[in-house]
Amino acid sequence: MKGRIHSFQSLGAVDGPGIRYVIFMQGCSLRCVYCHNPDTWTPSLGEAYDVNEVLTKILRYKPYFAGNGGVTVSGGEPLMQWQFVSELFQKLHEVGIHTCLDTAGIGDLDGAKNVLLHTDLVLCDLKFSNAIDYQLYCRGNLDHVLSFLRLTETMSVPLWIRHVVVPNLTDSEENIKKIHLLSAQFSNLQKLQLLPFKKICISKYDALGLNFPLRDYDECSDSQIQKLSEFLSELQIANFGAR
Amino acid sequence: MNKIAWAHFNSGNWQKEIDVRNFIQTNYTPYEGNEDFLSPATERTKTLLKKLNYLLGLERESDGVLEIDTQTVSSLKNYNPGYLDKNKEIIVGLQTDRPLKRGVNPFGGVNMTRKACEAYGYKLSDKVENEFLYRTTHNEGVFRVYTDEIKTVRHAGLITGLPDAYGRGRIIGDYRRVALYGIDQLIEEKKKDKTLLGMKTMDVDNIRLLEELYQQITFLGYLKDMASMYGYDISAPASNAKEAVQWLYFAYLAAIKEQNGAAMSLGRVSTFLDIYFERDIKNGDLTEQQAQEIIDDFVMKLRMARHLRTPEYNELFAGDPMWITETIGGMSKDGRALVTKSSYRFLHTLSNLGSSAEPNLTILWSNQLPRSFKRYVAKVSCDTNAIQYENDDLMRTKFGDDYAIACCVSAMRVGKDMQLFGARANLAKLLLISLNGGRDENSGEQVAPPHTPYEGEYLEYDKVLHAMNFYRAWLAGIYVNAMNIIHYMHDKYAYEKTQMALHDTAVHRFMAFGVAGMSVLTDSLSAIKHAKVKCLRDHTGLIKDFEVIGDYPAFGNDDDRVDSIAQEQIKLFFEELKKNPTYRNAEHTLSILTITSNVVYGKKTGATPDGRKAGEAFAPGANPMHNREKNGALASLNSIAKLSYDVCKDGISNTFSIVPQALGHDLEDRYNNLISILDGYFVQKAHHINVNVLSKETLMAAYENPASYPNLTIRVSGYAVNFHKLSQQQQLEVISRTFHEEM
Repeated sequence: MKGRIHSFQSLGAVDGPGIRYVIFMQGCSLRCVYCHNPDTWTPSLGEAYDVNEVLTKILRYKPYFAGNGGVTVSGGEPLMQWQFVSELFQKLHEVGIHTCLDTAGIGDLDGAKNVLLHTDLVLCDLKFSNAIDYQLYCRGNLDHVLSFLRLTETMSVPLWIRHVVVPNLTDSEENIKKIHLLSAQFSNLQKLQLLPFKKICISKYDALGLNFPLRDYDECSDSQIQKLSEFLSELQIANFGAR
Repeated sequence: MNKIAWAHFNSGNWQKEIDVRNFIQTNYTPYEGNEDFLSPATERTKTLLKKLNYLLGLERESDGVLEIDTQTVSSLKNYNPGYLDKNKEIIVGLQTDRPLKRGVNPFGGVNMTRKACEAYGYKLSDKVENEFLYRTTHNEGVFRVYTDEIKTVRHAGLITGLPDAYGRGRIIGDYRRVALYGIDQLIEEKKKDKTLLGMKTMDVDNIRLLEELYQQITFLGYLKDMASMYGYDISAPASNAKEAVQWLYFAYLAAIKEQNGAAMSLGRVSTFLDIYFERDIKNGDLTEQQAQEIIDDFVMKLRMARHLRTPEYNELFAGDPMWITETIGGMSKDGRALVTKSSYRFLHTLSNLGSSAEPNLTILWSNQLPRSFKRYVAKVSCDTNAIQYENDDLMRTKFGDDYAIACCVSAMRVGKDMQLFGARANLAKLLLISLNGGRDENSGEQVAPPHTPYEGEYLEYDKVLHAMNFYRAWLAGIYVNAMNIIHYMHDKYAYEKTQMALHDTAVHRFMAFGVAGMSVLTDSLSAIKHAKVKCLRDHTGLIKDFEVIGDYPAFGNDDDRVDSIAQEQIKLFFEELKKNPTYRNAEHTLSILTITSNVVYGKKTGATPDGRKAGEAFAPGANPMHNREKNGALASLNSIAKLSYDVCKDGISNTFSIVPQALGHDLEDRYNNLISILDGYFVQKAHHINVNVLSKETLMAAYENPASYPNLTIRVSGYAVNFHKLSQQQQLEVISRTFHEEM
């Protein structure tokens, strides 16, 4: 089984627990306005690798995975190549390596099911809290994402939901509250992470001759993230109390 | 006398002969808890620190040198006692009579001293000039013997950084012996050795050693006199913790008064001293706060140590370093960690006194170290960028459990091994002269024996290796010869009397060779093997540049096709060195270490077949060339981990830089991830790593000098980028943004 891969990052420390070997898959059908990897969109680009070839690479990093580290497959959208990811994860489980899927939760649910069978943790970006914005800013379908999240719950795969905070777009307390409520319905949710919007990707858009839609937006500062994360913690405590 | 000083200590072989290791092993108390017991700086410490920081500010404003005493030659007894604050100091002793004032030390070379004075607006006094009219310095001795060929090789930059004009350093006296035994017993032991040697045949080696012993005994006496100038009698052992630190510091102070060696490392003192601290605390004579205060005071003294250097020297070794390396942690052979509360207390000075490059705190990492200690040092790394890590599981098998690091990466058994340090061979330049039949690619001069230059338009791997074989053997021969001359003359004219008095008389010697440009040579050969490399010649036929056609695997991507070339080339060079006998039968060792001199070596080296432009800096130490790592930082670590410590027993240096945000979302994540990186790297038998978890200020430095931060990664929303892959403008943008937030 071959998969098209954009790149490898041997030191991932922020996409799942512990030290992660991160594989960026090629190809994505969404067009999120703040996407940082426009070079991963076109499915035909990247390089084709066999599962065993990738496995050999990964095994070189096993010494760093002690504790809770492992492999994270990101992208692009990894579920677009679910056959490849499923086979890779299955083989990783055979050698006792923790698997993590970093996805937007789009694509064929039957395919996703095959991947989730061998997945230890799902990181899912919940990009917008309502269907209209999701369609407008990502060209995606929120209901479909929620169906995917329900599937992770049914299959009891631990879940982290992540949300990118863009000033003047997704940074209102109202929006964070909605994201919190959407996420909290899933009993397999372990973590809700807020990620700051950054604009370092502009050069990639320029190189590809593409327009970066959020060029005129401000980046999200550490203090803003800090503040919203505290707001979120209060919501979660309140929510927990209500239960 | 000893009975009182040694009261409550467990007995052992250390009482029968000089055996500090045995004293530690029979008496130390391993500590497996966390850092919560540590005390903050006291008001007294803060007052002194304020004064010190003021003087350091003045020193910076004076172009880095506060004051030079051009009248007095530095030695143990030549200055009146000096103080930072006589009434407040707990540990006393300065190199000269005033804080941060530098003495002159022309024994390495009077020329260097003269130039150093002039560089800072001073003139070496006629008094000192006249004294040295009738003395031979190390430097003069060397140049009396150097051949034209050695001078040419030195000038061309094929071998750079030879310690032929300054003190060689990298010798660690076992300063602990003074605290444990007192001077009188040390003198007695040396006298016994001298008597025994006197019964042997008087051949050259024996006569030389007898004279050295005479000098060692004399200087132990001077050390006692020096201490008495400060009001202390150190003829007997130290009887409490404060005295132990003071006795030990006097010994170190004597060494730096006598020698301006390139690296003047401290050794492995914290766990030794901890035995005294534990005893005093147990007896109710000392509180935790007082214990920390003593160590804070001691470390403040170490931070004031200075040598007078020329600007050219600083170009090689930037930042006015002393390499006061203190080695912390590691495991005992019996499986107990050599971590004590005083290991924590030393690291805690970075918090009580603020971050600092000196002393050079070095953690001996073992996978078996207590988790709480691993977490604490990871935290200190993230907070300060001030510590480096070396693989104890690797070195312990070769050096036992009482070795220390000299300079950056050089291991030696304390008081039992010493090293004859010197220089680096420029491997990238070796390749170029091999292609050019012994001509220098920059000047066109014949700097090596002539041979047929490389013919043909494209470089062929086997032919290039063949050409290198001849010149490698030739360069290794010259290199060993030069080192033999240097160390013969250093022993003759600038022998380290105090430091060698604190070694066993039958000392084991290493001769530590080095290489620079390892990754440039490796990538060049990889390009020749896996891509196509075309030679570009000038009108005289000299190959001046190359055109690389196609891609090649580069070192730093965990790719065996190229990493195996690095392994092979290092081994070949070491084997050539070993064919040449050394002065005093020293054991050949090799390091891949450049400190900051990779920039200068690069300047002296023409364009290389890997696509590097003429004059462009090399990567530091064993680091891959920047911009060539395509698979992230761990791939780079894996490549370096493949280099054999069996071949490079003098150390393999690697500098690793990462921004906090790329190491984890929160602090606890970052500590845990750093621990996983260190465990994963060292379990693969890697030797050394410098860890930079960069603060915002360091981003600025990275902008100024990107070559020093090859792995700097920044995390941006869902993606990570390598800092130096950004355009200059983007880098500036990142910096300005980050600063803005901080304000």
